[in-house]
Amino acid sequence: MLRLPTFTYLQPTTLHQALRMKADAGPQGMYVAGGTDLYPNMKRRHQEPKVVISLAGIRALKRITGGTKGTALSAGAGVTLTDLHSHKKVLRGYRALADAAELVSTPLLRNMGTFGGNLCLDTRCNYYNQSYEWRKAIDFCMKKDGAICWVAPSSPRCWAVNSSDTAPVVVALGAELLLVGPDGERSVPAAQFFNNDGIDYLTKRPDEILTEVRLPAQNGWDAVYHKLRRRGSFDFPVLGVAAWVRWEHDLVAEARIVLGAVASYPYENEEASAAVIGSSLEDDVIEAAAQSAFKPSKPMDNTDHGLAWRKDMTRVFVRRALEDLRARRA
Amino acid sequence: MGDSALRVVGQPHRKVDADAKVTGKTVFADDVVLPRMLFGRLLRSPHAHASIVRIDTSKAEALDGVAAVVTGRDTPIPFGILPVSQDEHALCPDRVRFVGDPVAAVAAVSEDIATAALDLIEVEYELLDPVGTPEAAIATDDPLIHDYGDAGNIHKLVALEFGDVDDAIAASDHVREDLLFYEGNTHLPMEQHACVADWTANKLTLWSSTQTPHYVHRALAKVLELPPARIRVIACPNGGGFGGKSDPFNHELAAAVLAMRTGRPVKITLTREEVFYCHRGRHPVLMWVKSGVTRDGRIRGLHFRTLLDGGAYGSYGVASTYYTGALQTVTYQVDRYKFEGARTFTNKAPCGPKRGHGTPQPRFALEVHLDRVAEDLAIDPADLRLQHLAESHALTANWLQLGTVGLGECIRKVVDGSGWRDRRGALPYGTGLGIACSSYLTGAGLPIYWNDMPHSGVQLKLDRGGGVTVFCGSTEIGQGSDTILAHIVAEVLGITMADVAVVAGDTELTPVDLGSYSSRVTLMTGNAAIQAAERARDILARHVADALELGTERLAFADGRVFDVEDPETGMAFDDAVRLAEAAQGTIGTVGSYTPPPSPGRYRGAGVGPSPTYSYSACVAEVEVDPDTGIVTVPRVWVGHDIGQSINPVSVMGQVEGGIYMGLGEALMEEMAYRERTAAKVVHKIPSMLDYKSPTTFEMCDVVTYLVEDPDPNGPFGAKEVGQGPLLPVPPAVANAVYDAVGVRVDEVPITPEKVLRAMKDKARGKEGRFGPRSFPSVPWPDAAFIPTPAEGGDGKRQQRATGSTAEAS
Amino acid sequence: MASRKPKPVDGKAHIRCTVNGEPVEVAAAPHKTLLEVLREDLHLPGTKHGCELGECGTCTVLVDGTPVLSCLVLGLACEGAAIETVEGMHDGPDLHPLQETFAELGAAQCGYCTPGFLLTAKELLERTPAPSREDIKAALAGNLCRCTGYLKIYEAVELAAARMRGEAAEPSRESIYGR
Repeated sequence: MLRLPTFTYLQPTTLHQALRMKADAGPQGMYVAGGTDLYPNMKRRHQEPKVVISLAGIRALKRITGGTKGTALSAGAGVTLTDLHSHKKVLRGYRALADAAELVSTPLLRNMGTFGGNLCLDTRCNYYNQSYEWRKAIDFCMKKDGAICWVAPSSPRCWAVNSSDTAPVVVALGAELLLVGPDGERSVPAAQFFNNDGIDYLTKRPDEILTEVRLPAQNGWDAVYHKLRRRGSFDFPVLGVAAWVRWEHDLVAEARIVLGAVASYPYENEEASAAVIGSSLEDDVIEAAAQSAFKPSKPMDNTDHGLAWRKDMTRVFVRRALEDLRARRA
Repeated sequence: MGDSALRVVGQPHRKVDADAKVTGKTVFADDVVLPRMLFGRLLRSPHAHASIVRIDTSKAEALDGVAAVVTGRDTPIPFGILPVSQDEHALCPDRVRFVGDPVAAVAAVSEDIATAALDLIEVEYELLDPVGTPEAAIATDDPLIHDYGDAGNIHKLVALEFGDVDDAIAASDHVREDLLFYEGNTHLPMEQHACVADWTANKLTLWSSTQTPHYVHRALAKVLELPPARIRVIACPNGGGFGGKSDPFNHELAAAVLAMRTGRPVKITLTREEVFYCHRGRHPVLMWVKSGVTRDGRIRGLHFRTLLDGGAYGSYGVASTYYTGALQTVTYQVDRYKFEGARTFTNKAPCGPKRGHGTPQPRFALEVHLDRVAEDLAIDPADLRLQHLAESHALTANWLQLGTVGLGECIRKVVDGSGWRDRRGALPYGTGLGIACSSYLTGAGLPIYWNDMPHSGVQLKLDRGGGVTVFCGSTEIGQGSDTILAHIVAEVLGITMADVAVVAGDTELTPVDLGSYSSRVTLMTGNAAIQAAERARDILARHVADALELGTERLAFADGRVFDVEDPETGMAFDDAVRLAEAAQGTIGTVGSYTPPPSPGRYRGAGVGPSPTYSYSACVAEVEVDPDTGIVTVPRVWVGHDIGQSINPVSVMGQVEGGIYMGLGEALMEEMAYRERTAAKVVHKIPSMLDYKSPTTFEMCDVVTYLVEDPDPNGPFGAKEVGQGPLLPVPPAVANAVYDAVGVRVDEVPITPEKVLRAMKDKARGKEGRFGPRSFPSVPWPDAAFIPTPAEGGDGKRQQRATGSTAEAS
Repeated sequence: MASRKPKPVDGKAHIRCTVNGEPVEVAAAPHKTLLEVLREDLHLPGTKHGCELGECGTCTVLVDGTPVLSCLVLGLACEGAAIETVEGMHDGPDLHPLQETFAELGAAQCGYCTPGFLLTAKELLERTPAPSREDIKAALAGNLCRCTGYLKIYEAVELAAARMRGEAAEPSRESIYGR
């Protein structure tokens, strides 16, 4: 049986306690929320914390508040994906987020995994998400224990993929993420929460805790999320398209088209976004936006499915997401 | 004796082990816990091909909690499932042949410590060039993966010709050739292999998740140099097998060695990744098919070539190679047939028998080929098949003796059910129907090792309380083998299934059954059980007849009684009959056994293919192809299966549906993928449940099943197999349906969206609209053994080719 | 990579919780998962495992009524929780309706994934007494089965649901004999 390495397990009940425990543990300490990402990784020796600090006992992280009468909705980072996607206010006002959360892995995993955990999901790669023994067989990779990136051996950086379903959505929605650290609280726009680097993939410092996601109030915007993967369950996205538009008098006033699972961060394709502004998402506009998204898309050999096909699918899925937005408007 | 309608056979019954399984009481191998048990783990090679220069285990041995460390030095005797391929070692002594090949084993007080100890074993390797593909294996014999085989890194070469095929093709109205490829895939049983070995009083006991306890027993005796009488193998119920637990495995032998070394029980439970390394799954097979047919589609001559990627060891590979050719003749009339097959060694996990063993690949090729032949001839593909069905009890061109052939009825059922006549070719673009048929053995005609003994044995013990215990070496892997025994014994003795207890899969308690493979269990153990039960019935009848002063021919056994058929009130309860008999002659026990009928083929290679009878399946698949993405979904299949006679219909339905599921996975997504270009590494790309794509509830299709009952005289109550056959037609039916849907041919399994979309783009550019292999490498085929067909006056033996033939001179 | 030589575990942790309705107290290594604690420390081997990475659903148990992957829950995290395993699904001599229908329809073939399916389905029926086929597929989408093709499992869940609603339901003829 594949087992966890030994570690000390701490169960704080307040953020204050959690921060203190992390300060005591230093770099040997890691936070865990649902455990659905960290524990498999620890079993494969990706992360090897000596102290694991559970955030599961902190009630403050599990609330969903606001979201009525045009106010912003605040979702605690500790809300499970099941609770997130089945919450009435999320379903009513933030359908794209509900869809993304419901498309994560399996019902069982969503009962455990949290919103915050999904946003902080470790980047993934076929050369990395393997056992210690397997990685030894390829002399490891630079993300853990090795020197080179097998996806692009001449590259100085790691190309592991951000495979979160909710990340492109919160970026597209323009959400604000609340972080609490030893120096207090700070808020970052979702787009600035992620780095385009497979190893250093979050701007969150290791001792900070993601506590809350503030989703903007409804003011004429709409959003959808479309996910591509081999199977209807279990699988991480090989492509996620979060498309957000703000309508003004039947015209798109603002737009954000954010792609998941194609880079180490949720990647906003600004050309594609710009292509739809001022339009009513007519066919030719959608086609132009899809083409804009397709052109720079350069999937790497680090997920399921073939590269050329995944690139092709960018066009198809951006088109479908925009058609979906148009249909919802009608 | 008076006999009437079946009372138990043919009736649905919950499986005898069902309640234990739904309450968590079934004891699988990893659930076995013994006092002072140690935990073992295997150190596996990180190199695809290397010589072992030195192994230092001293640091591991010094770790607190480690009880023993063993290496290949401790296991010098080779083993292997086939006598001709004794090429494996419990632990590699001097050479590793794939990433995952085990070199050392540790036993420790906990799995954590055993795992830590693996890290402390120092192994120095000298790297050898790995051979990654069959093409590379053919091209080079340096380095050699094994020092045996038919030519360099070619493990096995087969060439058989039944009648002059070139002549037949030359004389036919229409000739066509196709190239197809079937990717390898694996069983993925939900249960990871596990075993516990115990050494007590100079005797070894091994509990294991194995489908073949008898063969494991033999391998243990050989490797450990122990008399078989001092070894007991207990096959725990398997948490899924599908052929993946049919070989003796390294961990079983290593656990035994460690238990003998430490005097303590040792458990080894494999991780999921290690299960991928055990593999023995579907061979990747490249296939070339050429047929010559008459204007109405009768196959005058069929020439078929296969190239198998065997992986690092022999396993069942010699048999697998023959199986890629053997059953091409049993569904439709084939006048003359030539088969050439080659299996290569490569530095990958060894391939072996997976559900359908060696036959889904050629079936895919043949059924897709015939779809095209039908199109060439402008004949409905269903009619092409219906018009040239193999005949019941015929002898095929390659000397296989058929039993009943219920295929025609299967085809008619699925054609009617699916609305084939109206809907095929008439559905909107993107939706299509495809048809394919298949056949499978009901048990291999010959055992794995040559012997004259029965393939199955059954013992019955009749208790004076009326209970009957069946002892049989068969292994319950979820297919319902225990239940079948209870059904059959209850039927013959006229009692209920609740009166029957089954003890199975224990080499110390049960007579040999060769194992749960080749769909042999229902037929062979069933026939053995019938014999044992009839003998028990005869004993009871004799004494009851005496007591009632009747002739035994007037007695019937039914409803828990033995009675006079002419006066049913006259008789006695079954348990009274047992007591009467026991009082008269002592303890009542009987035996039964079964050996398949001899096969008429007497050429070298004739041992693979014969079976007491063959099951038949026909399948229509409906697919939806997304033209933008190439993603294929299968909403529904219709399947007709010739089961001969259902013993337990609800189990038969489950086997059909499970076979369709596995076939669907192979058709669409399952793939044993390797990386071959990673700097001299050949590593499994995705050895995990997440990345090996087993269909979920969302991918499974609806299945409309038609059970066709055409009883076969060789089957118990007429029964044939169902565990493997229904899988076979699914991949070709899906491929043919994709063609109907979008007009492209994907001549390669799995049919992934990438391939479909490429074929569609190809077609859009005005090309043929096909994705598939482009060439078949040059293989040093030997001269084919020439065997005249039965129709042309052969005697089943190899003969000199008639003069004037060109091939014989070459 | 540093050597993975384990540090001596500083003592076992005590976990108090209820398992199948009975209070238990167990001492287990703190890094053990609930799966390991159940199988190895509480001697309840009915909970099976297929990957230990959350990729198959085999190890599903109910924690406070919710189906979760016991391979990814720490035993220590279950302090005070109510855990239900397959062994606790029936109370008394009668099986739970789902156990009954799984047995009746052959929805358990090899039986290895069965405990996980049963518990996932139990929670579904508590939430949704009359699930559609689509509801069942969605709820069971995190449990893999290699034997059945899921169809007999769907039928068993539907049959159990009907019986739990008080209907005198029997399996359809087609599901037993084909069409």
